[in-house]
Amino acid sequence: MPSSLVDGNSLLALDVGAASTRAVLFDVVEGEYRFVASGNAPSTVEAPFKDVSEGARNAIENLQAILGKTLLDNSRNLITPSQSNGTGVDALVVNLSAGPTIRTVIVGLLKDVSLESARRLAESTYARIVETIGMSDPRKPEQQIDAILRAKPDLVVITGGTDGGASRSIQKLLEPVGLASFLMPEEKRPMVLFAGNEKLQTSIKNLLEGQTASLHFSPNVRPSLETEDLDPAQSELAHMYVDIRKRQIQGVDLLNIWSGGHVLPTGYATGRMVRFLAKIYASSKGILSVDIGASASIIAAGFQDKSTLNIYPQFGLGENLPGLLHYTTLEDILRWSVLDISAGVLRDYLYQKSLYPSALAATKEDLAMSHAVARQALYLAMQSARRDFPPKAANIKSNLTPLFEPILAGGGALSDASRPGQALLLLLDALQPVGVTTIILDQNNLLPLLGAAASQNNILPVQVLESGAFLSVGTVVSPVVDANYGTPVLRAKLIYTNGSEARIDLKYGSIETLPLSSGETGTLEIQTLRGADIGFGPGRNGKFPVGGGALGVVFDGRGRPLNLPADGVRRRELIKKWSWTLGGE
Amino acid sequence: MQAPVNHIIGFANIIRERLLPVKGDTLVRLNQKVSSNDVVAEAHFAREHVLLDVARILRVNPNTADKLIKCKMDERLATGAEIASGKGLFPRRVTVPREGRVVIIGGGQVLMEVGESKIELRAGIPGTVLGIVPDRGVVIQTTGALIQGVWGNGRIDAGQLVNLSEGPEGVLTSARLDVSLRGAVILGGMVKDAETLKVAGELPVRGLILSSIYPSLIQQAREMRYPIVAIDGFGPMPMNSAAYKLLSTNVKRDVTINAEPYDRYTGSRPEIIIPLPISSEAPDLHEMETFAPGLQVRMRRPPALGMIGSIVSIKPGLTVLFSGLRARAAEVKLENGETVVAPLVNLEVVG
Repeated sequence: MPSSLVDGNSLLALDVGAASTRAVLFDVVEGEYRFVASGNAPSTVEAPFKDVSEGARNAIENLQAILGKTLLDNSRNLITPSQSNGTGVDALVVNLSAGPTIRTVIVGLLKDVSLESARRLAESTYARIVETIGMSDPRKPEQQIDAILRAKPDLVVITGGTDGGASRSIQKLLEPVGLASFLMPEEKRPMVLFAGNEKLQTSIKNLLEGQTASLHFSPNVRPSLETEDLDPAQSELAHMYVDIRKRQIQGVDLLNIWSGGHVLPTGYATGRMVRFLAKIYASSKGILSVDIGASASIIAAGFQDKSTLNIYPQFGLGENLPGLLHYTTLEDILRWSVLDISAGVLRDYLYQKSLYPSALAATKEDLAMSHAVARQALYLAMQSARRDFPPKAANIKSNLTPLFEPILAGGGALSDASRPGQALLLLLDALQPVGVTTIILDQNNLLPLLGAAASQNNILPVQVLESGAFLSVGTVVSPVVDANYGTPVLRAKLIYTNGSEARIDLKYGSIETLPLSSGETGTLEIQTLRGADIGFGPGRNGKFPVGGGALGVVFDGRGRPLNLPADGVRRRELIKKWSWTLGGE
Repeated sequence: MQAPVNHIIGFANIIRERLLPVKGDTLVRLNQKVSSNDVVAEAHFAREHVLLDVARILRVNPNTADKLIKCKMDERLATGAEIASGKGLFPRRVTVPREGRVVIIGGGQVLMEVGESKIELRAGIPGTVLGIVPDRGVVIQTTGALIQGVWGNGRIDAGQLVNLSEGPEGVLTSARLDVSLRGAVILGGMVKDAETLKVAGELPVRGLILSSIYPSLIQQAREMRYPIVAIDGFGPMPMNSAAYKLLSTNVKRDVTINAEPYDRYTGSRPEIIIPLPISSEAPDLHEMETFAPGLQVRMRRPPALGMIGSIVSIKPGLTVLFSGLRARAAEVKLENGETVVAPLVNLEVVG
């Protein structure tokens, strides 16, 4: 047993989301950390409460009821550390994603260099870029001032200048920022992060200090033209996010006090876990985590030499739903629907659902729309995030999703899938993985909580990850091949540990499965046909060990990129068939 | 489990905070009686700014320019007023391009705000000023009926209520609108076309109370100068029976229609207030209830979207819904006699 477990500290993790708040207890069971139980309650960020601590207390009370253990005192305050009578917990960490999108202005010198870094940095939190100011901006300074005032930013992210590089141009760009901020009422001034030329920090301080809500510095995201390092700036931004929420939302302060300052944005905590896993597994393939919830879609990917984190509030399934139509069409959403639904009905659904993000699909038609929207939102998020993946990431074709092992998936939309097969089909459609990958469902949405917990206890995330708290859906084999529908593209033989065998012939356009239970392993022999590529090269066969899961080994022969039939009737029949194959109705 | 409340109530003590978006002046005093159209606070703000780079124009360094600048902070200057001039036989001059106020001087530059606008904050409801929020606005109290909606176009007005809807499922068309309706607040069911919104604006009416609004009409509805409130949602939806009954039994009364956009974080919602004589017995509004049998609820999602019913029982544990999902649920008897099972998160209490 690791020596750091001697303390055996219990840890409560709170996840304060837009729709619901969860309280999750981790504790030592038989010498190792385990996920013990979770309690849920609706979030209370919105009126009439306008105080997230109420939802947190309700979630903790529900957890208390499940555990039969007291965590809150008579004044409904958290008991920390745990007491000799068994009440309380030793530590608390908090993940936060509730709240309005953070209105962000980005400022940088060059459009394709520092402004791109600023955009990537802003996308690592729950931000919406409402104004961009760069060196090629043709507007006069006063027009930029008016634009910033109209944008009413909560946050300004400034990048630009390599270390020791441009200084005057940056200072010139900052004048409108400082003046606009000065003109705002003090309580509405934005927080400012400067992540540019480090030599300028003193002069930036002179220029902006006292005119912003607070001024923060991080190491340069572009120390040289060729190098981008977002990690330190992302860390600073994560802390600023919490500060912004403290200003905007009641109760964040209290949770911060309860947790001793261990409050992190949910997306950032997810990114931290993915970085950590990428280091542990150090595979030639990347590691991917996707999370789709009411606040945002989050894509976090870890590669050998780079990690990316993209948080897209515009692809969240809550209050921003009508805005999804700025990025896609109703028809593109409906292509995923298993039922024949009109564009008008879907449009009304998007608006109506945005009023009540926590509402659940109680009918089959509502569920079909909900899943179609989730697919398209996650698909768009993945397409957007791919821009930031390293060009050298292992892939089969550069225009397809890179090779990942494993893919972890969580979030409200997937928790809402009543069967693992529904969630898997949603992921296969939206992410379109290639080659061989394991799909793991984070059905209790633990990954970001483990990311937050890592700051308190570095053993806990490792042991919980290995404990079976995550549901392995199975190994997915997705060949990249061009063929006609119904043409055989792959033959597979699964050899079980007891020596028995199972075979399938995979035809183009179909999904097949071979049973292999969770915890079981087997050897998979693949014979590719028609030049299919499963990551070993076009037409090359392979033999490799595979792990089981809820759906065993899944073969997705639908081709990449996935082209659904244009004919609606045929398309819906196929979706039903695929869904049925994966255990749906 | 706690339940959100959608106010559709015949008589209540209604207290509303009315605030300016920027700092300004309050124009009323404590306990003053106000009508809904009274201006209770006002503020001035500039829509644009002009930055005059004196140093660059005079070709001097910023410190020298600062010494040459003649205007002062907060000074109001007319178009053409000189704010600095250089030296020599033919000195360069810096003049004001537009009338405005000096807001910042420094670094050889002068920043002015121009194009000043006035914001007038109207009471929104007739009542008594219960409190003053310094520099921002007032708190007003009234008694009467309150009907909350889900979408508003940001306008506010008051007028006599006229019912042009035959029932909760009525559709308002431009053919129903004539000059006799000028100045009225119209209870109009659904609107399906832009023409109806346009004709209503040309009369003009003082407000439209709709059951629902088509998303395709939202942009145009926002541009209308009169308030529009959708009570139930988007697309073809009948008005919930509780709201329709309350509104349709109050025709010819003066009503205030405040089409304030729905803001989940502040709690502001579009609403219609029908003032009634003050009574000490008016109950206070409850913003939150606890789900329990007997409570009147409205369905937020299908099945029976928008319908009113009452909770028969709260199901123990998790219930498998028709969609296959599991959730805490209640058995709800709808007003048409049908009984459905709905997740608690899809219900809101009406009252």
